[in-house]
Amino acid sequence: MTEPIFAERHPKDTLIRTERLPHIWCPGCGLGEVIGAYGQAVEHSGLPPERHAVVSGIGCTGRAAGYIALDSYHTTHGRAIAFATGLKLANQDLVVTVISGDGDLSTIGGNHLIHAARRNIDINVIMVNNFNYGMTGGQFGATTPHGAITATSKYGNVEYPFKIPELMAAAGASYVARWTSLHVQQMEESIEKMMEHQGFSLVEIISPCPTRFGRKNKYRTGISMMKYYEKNSVKSDGIALELTYADVLKDNSLPVGEFVVDSKPSYLMNKHKVEEAQHL
Amino acid sequence: MAISLVSLRDRVKSGNHFITGDHAVAEGAIAAGCNFFAGYPITPATPIAERISWRFPQIGGEYIQMEDEIASAAAIVGASSGGAKAMTATSGPGISLMLENIGLGYMMEVPIVLVNVMRGGPSTGMPTLTSQGDIMQARWGSHGDFNMIAYCPSTVQEMFDFTIKAFNAAETYRTPVMVLADQILGLMTANITIPEPDDIEIRNRVLASGPIEDYNTYNWDELIPPMAIAGQGYAVHMTGLTHDEHGYPDANVDAQAKLMKRLKAKFDTHLDDIVEYDEIMLEDAEIALIAYGSESRSAFAAVKRARAKGIKVGLLRMKTVWPFPEKLIHDLSTRVNSIIVPEVNMGQYVHPVREYADCPVHSLPHYGGEIHHPDVIVQKIEEVMQ
Repeated sequence: MTEPIFAERHPKDTLIRTERLPHIWCPGCGLGEVIGAYGQAVEHSGLPPERHAVVSGIGCTGRAAGYIALDSYHTTHGRAIAFATGLKLANQDLVVTVISGDGDLSTIGGNHLIHAARRNIDINVIMVNNFNYGMTGGQFGATTPHGAITATSKYGNVEYPFKIPELMAAAGASYVARWTSLHVQQMEESIEKMMEHQGFSLVEIISPCPTRFGRKNKYRTGISMMKYYEKNSVKSDGIALELTYADVLKDNSLPVGEFVVDSKPSYLMNKHKVEEAQHL
Repeated sequence: MAISLVSLRDRVKSGNHFITGDHAVAEGAIAAGCNFFAGYPITPATPIAERISWRFPQIGGEYIQMEDEIASAAAIVGASSGGAKAMTATSGPGISLMLENIGLGYMMEVPIVLVNVMRGGPSTGMPTLTSQGDIMQARWGSHGDFNMIAYCPSTVQEMFDFTIKAFNAAETYRTPVMVLADQILGLMTANITIPEPDDIEIRNRVLASGPIEDYNTYNWDELIPPMAIAGQGYAVHMTGLTHDEHGYPDANVDAQAKLMKRLKAKFDTHLDDIVEYDEIMLEDAEIALIAYGSESRSAFAAVKRARAKGIKVGLLRMKTVWPFPEKLIHDLSTRVNSIIVPEVNMGQYVHPVREYADCPVHSLPHYGGEIHHPDVIVQKIEEVMQ
């Protein structure tokens, strides 16, 4: 029988503020995978840690910045992208990554999300989508599936959700991918691609929230949601983006993959071009 | 072109210029070393953004036009966290949208400058006419207990000078600072003198230095901790949550008290450095006017007209309206019989004056759209005399 291995430290500890553990997230939450994949991508980027910065907004995912041992900023609700835009333009050597939730980024922060995509500003966004506002107790937001039961839609959500890949493509994002928290390897590869990509790039990570969303909507545990991802995820690169509705209430296919890869010039590339033309 | 340092000569347009107050703000910011501007067009502050967007490419600054004022305020906090000297310029409706992120700048201790070219309010109000209606908003607008440094220029020259002072204060105290201008000054054209670069006092934030393992995001042995900017390698954590010296969230009664106390002390212990004012003909005065901004020009004219009538009246002109000069007002109130506060709002600054004065304090309000005619102020002085 193999001897169990006990490690004093996790291999990713250098990128984690271990003194802050235990974290605040619930059992069954997908955020651990996301933080792990981001850390892996930072290591693989070949850049020293001080060249990376993390910006978060408010919410469960908003706490990500507080656990990552890089220059990290926990900002106001919805404004992480606007903050990150300033940070990137002020220090253009930085690889600036926003890690925040669907409610923070697409509901209260929706205006900044679409305009950052439109500008093709050189920042990366990891949007962790758990279909609800977890931290405040599980209310519906702009990504909640139609009909879902939440703390403020007790008879079913009467609204329709954003399809994030479709929204981002329409707004002008130049790299858009979606994975679930089950796709650890793929999400890490997409995050690495974002870090190399020039322009606005976004990876949506569909993530379980058994505590707030799942238990009201057929998924009592994190694992039941993961099993749904395993059964229903379909790699759909190049799919018509109106088909990217992540309706986890139905036994539908859940499209994942790379939806947009566009090499059009980024905000900074365009800006530098104009400045060079002026011989400035 | 990334943000870079260019020659002072390119930045500082030394000499005499016949320009608008808004353009003077832009030149003042550039002279102060501002290299990041995020904004959204709004009357009557737009010419500041226009001037900056034209000038920045010449000097290696980053101008970005954001989607709204919420984004503009968040972007300048972000830019300053990355080491830029950052500002925005707007008017009342824009400040209303910026207030939350002004609180973020205060809590994170990130230096930023906000110019409010005040116009008539509330709501959309009178975009093209003047007001001083945002005096209390500047001090109390963002939620929670915070402190604000606010400069009130009264001439186009001061639009230039006070913008530099605002940057110096923001950098020195690691805090948001406002310039409370108004529509009259923003769009007024006048002669100003931009000094030689060597004659302009520039203060910059103290940057973190020393071993990384010894550094805390907020070293609480120091009232104003040295600031580590993104990319320096200190792996800072900053949050709008109540936090400890590491910058880590710490929501409890003691942590809140400790943080609030230190943030307030930054202002309380430096009042002599921050508060600026002019005393005009107050030596023998029986009545004192207290005024600020463009209204103080009318108040000065009123003092001269009243003096010509033999009335002993003087003027305390506040160049900074916040932090409030409690002792100054109290001392003044023991030397005069009464105080009149003329202002272009329905009575705002008069309230803290009443709180700290030991003599009768009279309000001379205005609904907005114009400053008081000097004769109206003289009439009020005569009323108070009786």
